[in-house]
Amino acid sequence: MYLNATLLAQIAVFIILALFTMKFVWPPIVKALDERAAKISEGLAEAERGQQSLVLSARHAAETMREGKEKAAEVIAQAENRAGQIIEKAKADARLEAEKVIASAKAEIEQEEARMRESLRERVADLAVAGAEKILRREVDARVHADMLSAIKLDL
Amino acid sequence: MSTTGHEAAANAPNAGEYILHHLTNLNSSGHAQSSMIDFSIVNFDTIFFSVLLGAAGLFFLWLIARKATSGVPGRAQAALEILVEMVGNQAKGIIHNEQSRRFVAPLGLTVFMWVLLMNAMDFLPVDLLPLVWQKLSGNPHAYLRVVPTADLNGTLGLSVGVLLLCFFYNIKIKGIGGWAHELITAPFGNHPLLYIPNFVMQIIEFAAKTISHGMRLFGNMYAGELLFLLIALMGMAFPAMSPVGGSLLWLGHLVLGTLWALFHILIVVLQAFIFMMLTLVYIGQAHDSH
Repeated sequence: MYLNATLLAQIAVFIILALFTMKFVWPPIVKALDERAAKISEGLAEAERGQQSLVLSARHAAETMREGKEKAAEVIAQAENRAGQIIEKAKADARLEAEKVIASAKAEIEQEEARMRESLRERVADLAVAGAEKILRREVDARVHADMLSAIKLDL
Repeated sequence: MSTTGHEAAANAPNAGEYILHHLTNLNSSGHAQSSMIDFSIVNFDTIFFSVLLGAAGLFFLWLIARKATSGVPGRAQAALEILVEMVGNQAKGIIHNEQSRRFVAPLGLTVFMWVLLMNAMDFLPVDLLPLVWQKLSGNPHAYLRVVPTADLNGTLGLSVGVLLLCFFYNIKIKGIGGWAHELITAPFGNHPLLYIPNFVMQIIEFAAKTISHGMRLFGNMYAGELLFLLIALMGMAFPAMSPVGGSLLWLGHLVLGTLWALFHILIVVLQAFIFMMLTLVYIGQAHDSH
């Protein structure tokens, strides 16, 4: 319980120590704390934003998928339609072609027939002339005639 | 060595002398201070240990603060951050002036750390450093007290420092005129007849705050030191006693010394915290106008 000049020295040391702390110890720590708090709140905000954008992109993805499906269905429908048309057209074309082929075949047949007839006609005349010649050269004999006539028949 | 041993045996101190010797400061006069107040004397031990502890403690804090990162903190930084947050929150609750807090909050940290370290000197064995000093100085009767807060000069120095800071903030916040007005009109009221009672009350208030502030810490630490000395006496008495009684005293030293040291951990931290809180409260009061 003795007082002396130590007290004054203690006051001076006290103030010096406090000033040192104020200058060199307190600010770096408080700065680090504040910066970390800012970083954390920034990180939390970032996470929040990320969450939101995740929800948004999920919604967007669903939308796109739905649109894609719709489009695909449309395309399929169109393709089916077009395929039907093509088949119809092919059928019509084929029918037309067949008719044409038939018509031309018929015409050819008719021509052939006409030509045959013509040539037959020519041959009939020849045969008639040949027959007449044979008859005229020989006496008419029924048996012989029958032979001849059957020969004519065969020629026909 | 043998002569010293012989002398020591011949002049073996009795219990009272032992305690008194341990409670006497190493000062500039070369002998124990005789008058209660003598400002021509300085206590070398108090100044040495308080400056050493303050400088070492602050150096340690500075080492941590220098490398402070806002990223993942190391353990030392995390510990300092806890301390800074604790003091900072208390300061925020008590002092509502952002500008003052820039000095007062670090001041609170300084006070807490410094007082804690000075109080913690009590945990060293009571005879360890005095013995080292007696060997170093070659004087077997050299005085040395290692707990700066068990010296009234040490604690009153701090509390008077706080008082001066209160004066500083009173003047800074209220102006000289404003503070002078407060000194004579508070707490009883603004009336010419009350000027003198008001002023007397204010002086008593400041004196009471400062003295109780310093005395509280001093009293706790002084009493703690005294108890450690008494416990040490039990162990010291052991060779002179009968084997049974001596063994019991030795056991008593062991058990009581352990218990008191454990309990003292609480006192050391608590008193450092109380001293810091009162520092903040008193400086905070300097910011309030009546």
